[in-house]
Amino acid sequence: MNGFLAVCKRELKSYFATPVAYVFLVIFLFFSGYLTFKAKFYEIGRADMSLFFRNLPLLFVFMVPSAAMRLWSEERRTGSIELLITLPITVPQAVLGKFVAAWIFMGIALVLTFPMPITVCYLGDPDMGLIVTGYMGSFLMAGGFLAVGCFFSALSKSQVISFILAVVACAVLVSAGLPTTLDYLGTFLPPALVEVVEGMSFQSHFESIQRGMIQFKDLSYFVLLIIGWIAASCIILDERKAA
Amino acid sequence: MIKVDQLSRSFGSITAVDNISFEAAKGEVLGFLGPNGAGKTTAMRMLACFLSPDRGTASVCGHDIRRRPIRVRRSLGYLAENAPAYDEMTVGSFLNFVCDARQVNGKDRRDAIDRVVGLCAIDSVYHQSIETLSKGYRRRVGLAQALVADPPVLILDEPTDGLDPNQKHDVRQLIRRMAPGKCTIVSTHILEEVEAVCTRMIVISDGRIMVDSTPAKLKAEYNAGLDEIFRKITRHKGG
Repeated sequence: MNGFLAVCKRELKSYFATPVAYVFLVIFLFFSGYLTFKAKFYEIGRADMSLFFRNLPLLFVFMVPSAAMRLWSEERRTGSIELLITLPITVPQAVLGKFVAAWIFMGIALVLTFPMPITVCYLGDPDMGLIVTGYMGSFLMAGGFLAVGCFFSALSKSQVISFILAVVACAVLVSAGLPTTLDYLGTFLPPALVEVVEGMSFQSHFESIQRGMIQFKDLSYFVLLIIGWIAASCIILDERKAA
Repeated sequence: MIKVDQLSRSFGSITAVDNISFEAAKGEVLGFLGPNGAGKTTAMRMLACFLSPDRGTASVCGHDIRRRPIRVRRSLGYLAENAPAYDEMTVGSFLNFVCDARQVNGKDRRDAIDRVVGLCAIDSVYHQSIETLSKGYRRRVGLAQALVADPPVLILDEPTDGLDPNQKHDVRQLIRRMAPGKCTIVSTHILEEVEAVCTRMIVISDGRIMVDSTPAKLKAEYNAGLDEIFRKITRHKGG
C-alpha cells in the first residue's frame, strides 16, 4: 500500500472513530431535508429534486469547512504531522490522501440522502438523468469546497480560524454567482468583468450541471479549482509544517 | 551509515544549527547532548527529512536527505519529541497504519508487529486507544512505530523524557539490545543516559558541535563527572 492509500484509509477510519462523522451526518441530513421541505417541496406539485439541490450550496458553505477544518490543523496542533511527514510519504501524497478521504466522506453523506430520491420516485415519475447529474454536481461542488477548506486548514493550527476563513472563502465563491450580487456588480463594473466574476463562482457551474448539462467548462472549472487549492495546500504545508 | 556535512538551519534571525558535521557507523549509539534549545531537535528533524537544511547536507545509508528524502525515511525509524501519535486510534491500528505507510505487508507485517509488541512490552494495551495511555506507554508505542519496519538507522529524540525510573531502565535496555545491528542517535539532556547507552557522545550548544568524543575519554580528559563536564562545555560557550 503506498503512502496515498495509507493516509486515505487512516483518515477515513478516523472520521468514524470519533463522533465527528456521526454529528456531521445527522446535522447534514437533517438540514438538507428540512430546507427542502421548508421550500414547499409538496406544494409545488412537481416530482423533482431541484429544491433539494438548490439549497445544497448554502448548506455546504457551513458543513464542508467543518469537515475539512481538522484535516491539517489538528495534525499541526498535536504534532502528529511530524510523525506523518517522517514516514515514507510525500507531502502531495499526504494532502491528496486526506483530501480524497474527506471527499469520500462527503460522498457517503450525499449517498445517505437516498430517502429523498426514493420519495420523489414514489410520488411521481422524475427525470432520473437530472437527479444523477444533480448528485454529480453536488459531489464535485463538495470537492471544490473541501479543497478550499483543506488549504485553510493547512494555513492555521487553530481549527476555529481554519473554519472561519474557509466559510468566508466558500461564501464568496458561492455568492459571487448569485443574481443579486451580479446585479449589484453590474451597476459599476463593465459587463465583461461581471461575466468573469460569474464564471469564477460555484453557483453558475453547479446550476448548469444540475440542469442536466454536463459541459466541459463546468467540469474543468471544478477540476482546476480542486487542483489549484490542493497544490496551494501542498506548498503551504511544505513551508509551514514545522511552524 | 550517517554522514552529516556542514548542516545549517536558521529560523529568522536565530541560527538553530550552525555548520555541524559528523559521521556515525553501524553499531554505534551516538548520544546527542545539549541544553534545551541547543539545536538537537532541529538537527534530528533535518536528518529525518522533516525540515530541510538552509546549507549543507547529510546522507543516511547513502541516500542524500535533499535529493532522496523518501529513501532516507524508509531507512530510518524516527521517534519525535513527545512521541506524537493519533490519539483516537488503538495501538494495533496505529501500528498497522505505520506498516501500511512503510509497505510492510502480509506475514512480514504480522511478524513485525508481534516482534515490536513484545520488544516494547505493549501487548497489554494493544487494543486500547492511544489517548487513554500513560506517558510511558505512549512513548513505548512511539518506539514501537519507529522499530516496526526494522530500519537500519534509529533517531530517537529524548526517548526517556518523562518516564519513571523503571520505564527509563527498560527503554535503555531496549536501545542497548538493538544497538549492535543498527546505527542509533539518541538525543537527551540526561547525562546518566549517555553513560548507560551511548558508545559516543556529541555535545551541541548554540547550534554548534562543542565536543565529539566517548564518555570514557571525556571523563579521563577532564578528570570530572559528565555533569561537570557538560556544565563546563555548555556554560563556557554561553558566557
